[in-house]
Amino acid sequence: MALLEISNLTVDFATYTGSLRAVDGINLSVDEREILAIVGESGSGKSVAMLALMGLLPWTAKVSADSMLFDGQDLLSMNDKQRRKIIGKDISMIFQEPMTSLNPCFTVGYQITEVLSHHFGGSRRSYNNRAIELLHQVGIPAAETRLNAYPHQLSGGMCQRVMIAMMIACQPKLLIADEPTTALDVTIQAQILELLIELQQSHGMALILITHDMAVVAETAEQVIVLYAGQQVEQRSVKELFKSPQHPYSEALLNALPERAQGKLLNPIPGVVPGQMDRPKGCLFNPRCSYAQELCRQQPPELQDGILCHYPLVAPKPDLDVRTQ
Amino acid sequence: MNHQLIKARDLHKYYAVKSGYLQPSKSLKALAGVSFDLYEGKTLAVVGESGCGKSTLARILTMIEEPTSGQLSIDGIDVAKTTEKSIKKQLRQTVQMVFQDPFGSLNPRQKIGNIIQEPLTINTNLSTNERHQKVLEMMELVGLRKEYFQRYPHMFSGGQRQRIAIARALILKPKVVVLDEPVSALDVSIQAQVINLLIELQQELGLAYIFISHDLNVVRHISDEVMVMYLGKPVEQGPSEAVFNTPQHPYTQALLSATPQAVVDGKRQRIKLTGELPSPIDPPSGCAFNPRCQYADKDCQIIEPVMELYGDSKVSCLAVAQQRIGQLKAS
Amino acid sequence: MNHSADSSKSTLSQQWQEFWFYFSVNKTAVAGLVFLILVIFMALFADVISPHEPAEQYRQFAKLPPAWKEGGQMQFFLGTDYAGRDMLSRIIHGSRLSLLAGCIVVILSLSIGVLLGLIAGYRGGWLEILIMRVMDTIMAVPGLLLALVLVAILGPGLLNAMMAIAITYTPYFVRLTRASTLSELNRDYVTASKMTGASSTRLMFVSILPNCMAPVIVQGTLSFSTAILDTAALGFLGMGAQAPTPEWGTLIAENRDLILNAPWTVTFPGIAILLAVLSINLVGDGLRDALDPKLKRS
Repeated sequence: MALLEISNLTVDFATYTGSLRAVDGINLSVDEREILAIVGESGSGKSVAMLALMGLLPWTAKVSADSMLFDGQDLLSMNDKQRRKIIGKDISMIFQEPMTSLNPCFTVGYQITEVLSHHFGGSRRSYNNRAIELLHQVGIPAAETRLNAYPHQLSGGMCQRVMIAMMIACQPKLLIADEPTTALDVTIQAQILELLIELQQSHGMALILITHDMAVVAETAEQVIVLYAGQQVEQRSVKELFKSPQHPYSEALLNALPERAQGKLLNPIPGVVPGQMDRPKGCLFNPRCSYAQELCRQQPPELQDGILCHYPLVAPKPDLDVRTQ
Repeated sequence: MNHQLIKARDLHKYYAVKSGYLQPSKSLKALAGVSFDLYEGKTLAVVGESGCGKSTLARILTMIEEPTSGQLSIDGIDVAKTTEKSIKKQLRQTVQMVFQDPFGSLNPRQKIGNIIQEPLTINTNLSTNERHQKVLEMMELVGLRKEYFQRYPHMFSGGQRQRIAIARALILKPKVVVLDEPVSALDVSIQAQVINLLIELQQELGLAYIFISHDLNVVRHISDEVMVMYLGKPVEQGPSEAVFNTPQHPYTQALLSATPQAVVDGKRQRIKLTGELPSPIDPPSGCAFNPRCQYADKDCQIIEPVMELYGDSKVSCLAVAQQRIGQLKAS
Repeated sequence: MNHSADSSKSTLSQQWQEFWFYFSVNKTAVAGLVFLILVIFMALFADVISPHEPAEQYRQFAKLPPAWKEGGQMQFFLGTDYAGRDMLSRIIHGSRLSLLAGCIVVILSLSIGVLLGLIAGYRGGWLEILIMRVMDTIMAVPGLLLALVLVAILGPGLLNAMMAIAITYTPYFVRLTRASTLSELNRDYVTASKMTGASSTRLMFVSILPNCMAPVIVQGTLSFSTAILDTAALGFLGMGAQAPTPEWGTLIAENRDLILNAPWTVTFPGIAILLAVLSINLVGDGLRDALDPKLKRS
């Protein structure tokens, strides 16, 4: 049985111009010890979906789902108190901005021990020892002295390590990392990603990695979900996706990378992600899709084998006869 | 040979930093000896991690700040030696800049049209109608629709804001554009649109770019020449192909191997960089990179390396000079 | 060009719509706004609305109680004062002076304060230190006391009172503007303007100033209400508007002796001050909710 199973997750926000659907029917399942990447552009709802899972959305959000099972427990039917017992202990989340995720008023040591004291009993001394051990685990040198440091005395990479230390303190079964390396430099990004994977393997966690960077997906994840405008357009194994993407959007995303350009110019996806006001009829991707046809403009596609498309691309080459009428 | 637009020789920029009331102020070496030439229609990429002096270089090239020492010539005129205001003003117009954050670089209370025409309002005596006309032409050139003229920045997505910023930078017909991480805040699909626009504009207008970025995949694609910087100093400098295909400096090699690639065939051997960027207030003695370098030995802690030509590119590394590193094949 | 005019109109109406959405969430603010509009209407058409001339003395009707009390008369709805002047008319006319005082105080202190704050934030150095220390000194003296001293020097009178109050309010605007100027100064769009060779005045007034205005406007509305209060207080102490002028504070002061045998003569001006100040504060609160991006809910 999968560790986390979500089906048909939908999130609506109430705004002054009406209701905005940020997440539109996402299904996902994560097995134990699996790395799942959720990839999409800004506004694709990738963060919102995970925040909904954590119950961290503001009051304007309305979350609904057919089912939301974590480790056999139904998150939907739980009250807040029961949910809080799971969130933070069995499911943890780290965010994009390490500098703002830590409270600037308290020392690193205090913030880690606070987490420990909240979820475990024990003495102050045992917390301290555990905190040092955790900092060692995430590769912070001179952990004993760092306990007394304030977040502003640490670099971005160090702060992210501290965040990770806090999040693995309770040995969670699932760690959600929301763009954990976007704000960091390349060499630090490589260090942090490596650390995450190392911890995932040594602790036997499942890891959900939210990112917009296809290259990060390629190097870390096993399964991938591609989101577009709140919808899940493709779900496959990473290997297959990179070899032969079946949704035109996934293909276009890959082709837009500079590495895949032929000649001087890149292959961008024309247009922009539709907003709240200009949602197209039919398939949401059709105005930007180079394969779009009449059916795509009229009727929204249904999810088939993890692909949300009327005419999924067939490996190795799309059937051009059918498409270019 | 193309027309030389920027000639920089041994640029230094120090800032005084107060460490406390009773301590003497220390100097932060943001730039410590940068030299390069930039020619018409060419792109020089400046690569490095945050804190390596990329942004300081941009501020000096756009004449927002003056270098502490060193020589900077723009379009054949030595910036430090010109005192005449009209020439300075003209030089300012020669170099324009596009910023990283398209949300912070546009005044939220001004209409798009006014943002783009501000440089004209300040620097020329054109009539309102003429300015208007020029703005509309520029908007068309960067792919913005005419009706956006009266709109406010908050109505636009990051990619379109960056187009607006590009239009503003180009309206004075500059010869050099400094691009400070112009696409790193954008989504992948939008990134490609903006990069294509930049390439097309360069071909059409013969612009020279200083392309500041940390994304090596993008840099590799767009640049003719690359300068890799570490703690305010270039460590490797040369033609794009040479730097990317046969990186020589250990830092360049580490940067390249840390950059994720969108390919899934097996895990690559990665050079691990331990530790983080040292503080530019008191950099390590000898080679600034030595505490993180796997090839470092005693000499590296004492002797400061100098830029020398090896193969096609200039490298500042003792290990390279003493041939302690074999060539590392880049992916 | 027709098209662009259209779209600009839609931008404006959209911004207005957005503002109204956030403002109207706060129901008390809307109530305050309705009452405030009523007061403004009252002040504008005081001559038409008020049943009597404010200064006219009906000697035979002196100290008449309100209409619903025993011995009250319908034509003097809120009663009359010691000299037989109609309280309702005096309060209606008083709203003019109070609103005027609020307006002038806010305009004076806001424009001076914003200018000084902008200069202090933009220039920095000794000028900033000078301006800020002077402002600190002003803030160190209790506001009303300082205003009293200033009026004592300038001589009593409504205009002098307003000027004195304006001076005591200026530091708040200076601080606010300086703080937002400092944060805006390092934004990229300011650097971009600088790069094209914009002059200091242009940078200060065209680039930075419009982006500092939201908190200043909120502070302005809140100062408006305190200005009305302080003008009334000075009037009450005999240092503001002088005797026959129907200013709300002065009204209370001149009827102070009647507080026991004709309480309505002090009660109603007091209630007028209370309601006006309350409504303006509520509106200010709503404005802050709507204009401050930090408080905006997603």
